[in-house]
Amino acid sequence: MDKFRMIFQFLQSNQESFMNGICGIMALASAQMYSAFDFNCPCLPHYNLAYGLGILLVPPFILFLLGFVLNNNISMLAEEWRRPRGQRGKDPAVLRYMFCSMAQRAMIAPVVWVSVTLLDGKCITCAFCTSLPVETLGNASHTGLSRGEMKRVLARIPCKEIYDGQEFIANEVAVRYLRCISQALGWCFVLLMTTLAFLVRSLRPCFTQAAFLKSRYWSHYIDIERKLFDETCAEHAKSFAKVCIQQFFEGMGTDLAAARCHPPRKTPADAEEAAEKLLGITDQGTMNAALKSWHRCKPPLHLHSPALPSSNGWAGEKQPPVHPPAPRREVAAYYSRV
Amino acid sequence: MDRFRMIFQYFQSNSESVMNGICGLLALASVKMYTSFDFSCPCLPRYNMAYGLGIMFVPPIALFLCGLILNRQSLVMLEEWRRPQGHRKKDLAVIRYMCSSIMQRAMVAPVVWIIVTLLDGKCLICAFSGSVDPQNFVGFANTSPVQVQHLLAKVPCKDDELVRNNTSRKAVSRYLRCWSQALGWSILLILILAAFLARWLRPCFNQAALLQARHWSNYIDIEQKIFEETCCEHSRLFAHKCILHFFESMRQEIKLHSFSLPREGEGAEGEEDLLRGITDQDQVNKLLKMWYYEKPPLDVSQPQGWCGGRRQKPQH
Repeated sequence: MDKFRMIFQFLQSNQESFMNGICGIMALASAQMYSAFDFNCPCLPHYNLAYGLGILLVPPFILFLLGFVLNNNISMLAEEWRRPRGQRGKDPAVLRYMFCSMAQRAMIAPVVWVSVTLLDGKCITCAFCTSLPVETLGNASHTGLSRGEMKRVLARIPCKEIYDGQEFIANEVAVRYLRCISQALGWCFVLLMTTLAFLVRSLRPCFTQAAFLKSRYWSHYIDIERKLFDETCAEHAKSFAKVCIQQFFEGMGTDLAAARCHPPRKTPADAEEAAEKLLGITDQGTMNAALKSWHRCKPPLHLHSPALPSSNGWAGEKQPPVHPPAPRREVAAYYSRV
Repeated sequence: MDRFRMIFQYFQSNSESVMNGICGLLALASVKMYTSFDFSCPCLPRYNMAYGLGIMFVPPIALFLCGLILNRQSLVMLEEWRRPQGHRKKDLAVIRYMCSSIMQRAMVAPVVWIIVTLLDGKCLICAFSGSVDPQNFVGFANTSPVQVQHLLAKVPCKDDELVRNNTSRKAVSRYLRCWSQALGWSILLILILAAFLARWLRPCFNQAALLQARHWSNYIDIEQKIFEETCCEHSRLFAHKCILHFFESMRQEIKLHSFSLPREGEGAEGEEDLLRGITDQDQVNKLLKMWYYEKPPLDVSQPQGWCGGRRQKPQH
């Protein structure tokens, strides 16, 4: 179990392996979506082409954009691209590397969709049934039909139930022909894509290996730096909140003791630690007052030093401003009671 | 460090298993692809041969290239082959060993596809139905050559009206399937014999050189993985230091610009350290703004590297 946890942590920490997992899942989702999709050819002359090509080309485009959206690193790329130069130069090679690796992963699901669509054959059959070579495949010689009529008949090929041109060209012959063309296109497309992927991957060590190592290192660095900065800020916020709340409760305890005009209770030695944790609030009424005050009048976002008396003024009439004005530099003058 | 060691052990033990696993998965995917592929022969005189042979040979090429792409070791081998010599000599025997092991693994899925295709028979029936001798079959014996070509092309399509009731259609189909399956089984037998002989006879020829080549090819693979892992660790430490320097320089800048009294409290020392001198909403906002507008330079060699842009460091 420990080993699995280590492996899982390693995979997660290595952003590339994690992204490979996401893109594999998207490819499977793309194949599943196609098989669940109910393809309905309209069987009308001009609509067929639009529908067929639309189903072939629009979902891949959407899947491509989705591949970018689901990739966490897109915001990192955008940030690195748009940040002001400041003290640190920008390396376009790193930006190019990040973009290329994201684009390659986003391309996988659309390629799977297009391949599955072409290999299945329904889209091409629907789109190009009106362009069949009737002379070679059937008997076009003895028809008295005009071109428009012929197109309308041919457009009904994908819809077997309403096809009425059996004497010109048999439905099965036409469907087989179109499907054969579609599958040939599909396999050629798959071969082309695999060849491209192979070339991209294998030409890199031959030409640009050193530059590649540099870009990869710095793109990982940018990602890690961003995560570490977020972690550091979160730690800081936690400590900030802790001290802020502690000072609030201390302030409350002091004010309450002053209001009631009796010294803080002397607790026995063994219960001192627990009493410390209670921060001077020991009954329901006091707790309710503290909660109400926390809601109505949160302390300012400025942690004063513990040596100074804490006078947030929360119990008084004047409300301390939550945002101390920026140009003010005399910090001591604001916080001291003098 | 412990994590590093666990990961290192995992890689050392599983490099070959991972590659074998990928090769097995690809072979299974190849079978699954064939069974889910809807084979439909066009049943037209010139198209049959192109379609049948295309389905038999184009997917194996794509599967072979896939096998090369998915195998990490092919990249390692290419890098080793193309790297400048530097201080380390290149051993061609190692590169040859890696190349042959990659090729063997990449060939499994295409061979599986071809064998499944042949054993199934549809491809060969589609491709060669037009090439059988019609005189051997009663139903096609006494027709004109053009007509017989047309009819033979329709043999793979059982439901076509021209050949639906032709008794010789089944004969041609069975004849071609028998050839196809015989070819399939023969190829399978030859390949298994070749693999058996290669594995059995290998120790007779130059075993020591083989052991060396295998060891160094493993070494190159592991070395590259560890280099990548070390780079990740390094960039993590680098980032950590860079951020600490950034917070420190912010603290210094705040000290310079504000007149806050020196802190003397003992109780909250630990928390104050974590706060790194940033104790105000304005200061936090300023820090975040600085982080966006002026990221610190990539140089952690100076202890208090830079301070709000006063000292110009060389740009990375």
